[in-house]
Amino acid sequence: MSKSPSTTNNPNTTSVSRVGSRRRRRFIGGLGIGAFAAAQASAAELLAPLKVEPWSTTPGAPILEHPYGVPSSFEKDVVRRAAKAWPLPGAASSMTPLADLHGSITPNGLVYERHHAGVPEIDPAQHRLAVHGLVGAPTLFTMDDILRLPSESRIHFIECSGNTGGEWNGPSGMPVQLTHGLLSCCEWTGVRLSTLLDEVNGVQGKARWILAEGSDAAAMTRSLPLDRILDRAMIVYAQNGERLRPENGYPLRLIVPGFEGNTHVKWLRRLKIVDAPLETREETSKYTNLLADGTARQFVFEMDAKSVITRPSPGHKLTTHGYYPISGLAWSGRGTIRRVEVSTDGGASWRNARMETSPRERALTRFEADWQWNGGPAAILSRATDSTGYVQPTREALVSARGLNSQYHYNAIQQWRVDANGDVRNA
Amino acid sequence: MHSLFRLGLILAISGLPLLANASHHLGTPLTEEQIAPWDIDVGPDGRGLPAGSGDVAMGAHVFASKCAACHGAAGQGLIGDALVGGRGTLASNKPKRTVGSYWPYATTLFDYIRRAMPFNAPQSLSADEVYALSAYLLNQNGIVPPGTILDKDSLPKVKMPNRDGFVPDPRPGKL
Repeated sequence: MSKSPSTTNNPNTTSVSRVGSRRRRRFIGGLGIGAFAAAQASAAELLAPLKVEPWSTTPGAPILEHPYGVPSSFEKDVVRRAAKAWPLPGAASSMTPLADLHGSITPNGLVYERHHAGVPEIDPAQHRLAVHGLVGAPTLFTMDDILRLPSESRIHFIECSGNTGGEWNGPSGMPVQLTHGLLSCCEWTGVRLSTLLDEVNGVQGKARWILAEGSDAAAMTRSLPLDRILDRAMIVYAQNGERLRPENGYPLRLIVPGFEGNTHVKWLRRLKIVDAPLETREETSKYTNLLADGTARQFVFEMDAKSVITRPSPGHKLTTHGYYPISGLAWSGRGTIRRVEVSTDGGASWRNARMETSPRERALTRFEADWQWNGGPAAILSRATDSTGYVQPTREALVSARGLNSQYHYNAIQQWRVDANGDVRNA
Repeated sequence: MHSLFRLGLILAISGLPLLANASHHLGTPLTEEQIAPWDIDVGPDGRGLPAGSGDVAMGAHVFASKCAACHGAAGQGLIGDALVGGRGTLASNKPKRTVGSYWPYATTLFDYIRRAMPFNAPQSLSADEVYALSAYLLNQNGIVPPGTILDKDSLPKVKMPNRDGFVPDPRPGKL
C-alpha cells in the first residue's frame, strides 16, 4: 500500500468530503506494508544500485530551527478536520485523524476539539478556581496553589458523546476521522478531585452533586454525581507532559474518566458542591438521548465499550495481495478492554485480536490482527468486550433499544468494506 | 473522606499529632461577596435567581434587537437553535427539540441566557432583560399568557410541557 498526499489541508475552512470523492482519496501508509507497495510499483528501481541521496551529502538543519518542534513536512496532512462547515466556528468540533496515528496516545496538537463559545486565551496568573457550596471551607485557588498540591498522572481517553452519531442511520460513507474522530487519549497530570475537596475541609452531609463551570464565553456548566466520580475525577493542568493546550482547557480542566466528553469541563473556574443537579442547558436541552417513545434519557454519562478499525479504513487502498495487519482502537468508559475480536467476512466468523498496547482503565487500547488479503471483496469489523463483560453491540441492537433519534452514545460495531480492487469504503 | 481516614490512620499509627484534616493549607478563604459575580447558577427550584422582573412585551423588544439575528424573527431558528414550536413531535421521525417542546425546567432559560447569550456578548444582559426574554419565549411557545411578568418567585412555578419527559439512564444492564 502506498500513501499519497491528501488535497485537503485547511481544517478551518474546508470539510473533508465523503470518501467516495476520488480526488480526495487517501491511501494507507504503513511500515512493512509500504515496502510491499514499493516493490510492486517500482521493482526495477529497487533492483538498481542504491542512490546516495542529497540529505546524505549535505549537512541538515541546525538545532532550534523550530524551538518548539513540528512534524516532518511530509506529515502535513495529518491534521484535525471538521465534518462540516459550522455556522458559528467557535461553537463547533474538529476531529482527530485516527487513521494516521499509532499506538494509543493522541499528540496534543491533534486532540479533538469541541467548544461551545470558542477558545479563550487565559493568562494563568489571572486564572482562579473557586470551590464552594456544601464544603467545609469555601476556597479560592490560584494556579500556583493547584501546582503545589500532590499530583497524579493518568492516561485516559475522552470521547464526545456525539462521536459516530452520523452512523445511526446506517453507513455514512465518511472516513474514520469523521466517524470516530471525536476521540482522543492523553496522559493527564493534575490533582485528584478528592485531594482538592480535602483541601476545603471536605463536603457537608447533603452533598450529592458537583457543578463544574468553565470560564469561557459559554460558562459551560454540568452537574455531576459526586459518588460516581470521586474516586477518579481529576483537575488537570497538563497533557502528555506539557501544559494543556488552549483548545483543551488551558490552564485548568476537569477530567472525569469514562464520562462523556462535555463533562470534562475546560477552562475550569468553579466547582460548587450541591445537593441536586442544576438542570443546566447542557444536561436538559442538549446531551439527553431521545427515545422512540418521545421520552429522553437524562444524565447518560459513561461511554460504553467501543472499537473501530483505523487501518485499513475508508480512503485507504490495498495495493497488493498478501499480508496486512488490521489495526484499531478499543476503549470502555467502565473499565479496561478485555478482548477485541475481528472479522473479515462481515461478522460470520470472529477471531481474537492481540493487544498492541497494554489495556488500561478507561484508556484507548491498540489492537492488531493478522490478515491475508487474497484480492476478493471483504467486510472487516471489530468487536470489543470490556472488563465488566459488556460486549459492543450491533447497530440493529442499538436502534432496537433506542430508536433513531437519540443522537448521542452510538457505540455499535463498525464495518468497512474492502472492494476487489482494494478500495476501502464505509458502506 | 476516605483519604482523610487513611491519613488519620497513618498519623495515629506513626504517633504524629493528628491533624484536623488533610489540608495543605493552600488557597484563600472565599466569602459569599467575593464569589457572587461568578455564582450565577440557577436551580430548578429557583435558587440563585436574582431580584428584578420582565414581561413578554419587553422580552419581544430585547429578542428582536439581540436574539433574532441568529434565532429568527419568531424564534424559529436560523444559525442558532429553534426556540419555538415542536410540541407533539418528540415521538415522531422528525422530532423538533425546542424550549417549548423539550426543555423540562423554565429556570434553565434564565440560567443559560444569563451565562451564555447573546453569543457575541454573554453576561451582558440585565436581570430584567433575562426575565423578559424568558417570559417572551415561554409566551411564544404558548406556555404563559401575553400579560405575564416573571421574577424569581414566578419563574420556577412555570410548568413546562415536557417536565415529565425524562427518564434515568438504564445502563449498565440494558442497552
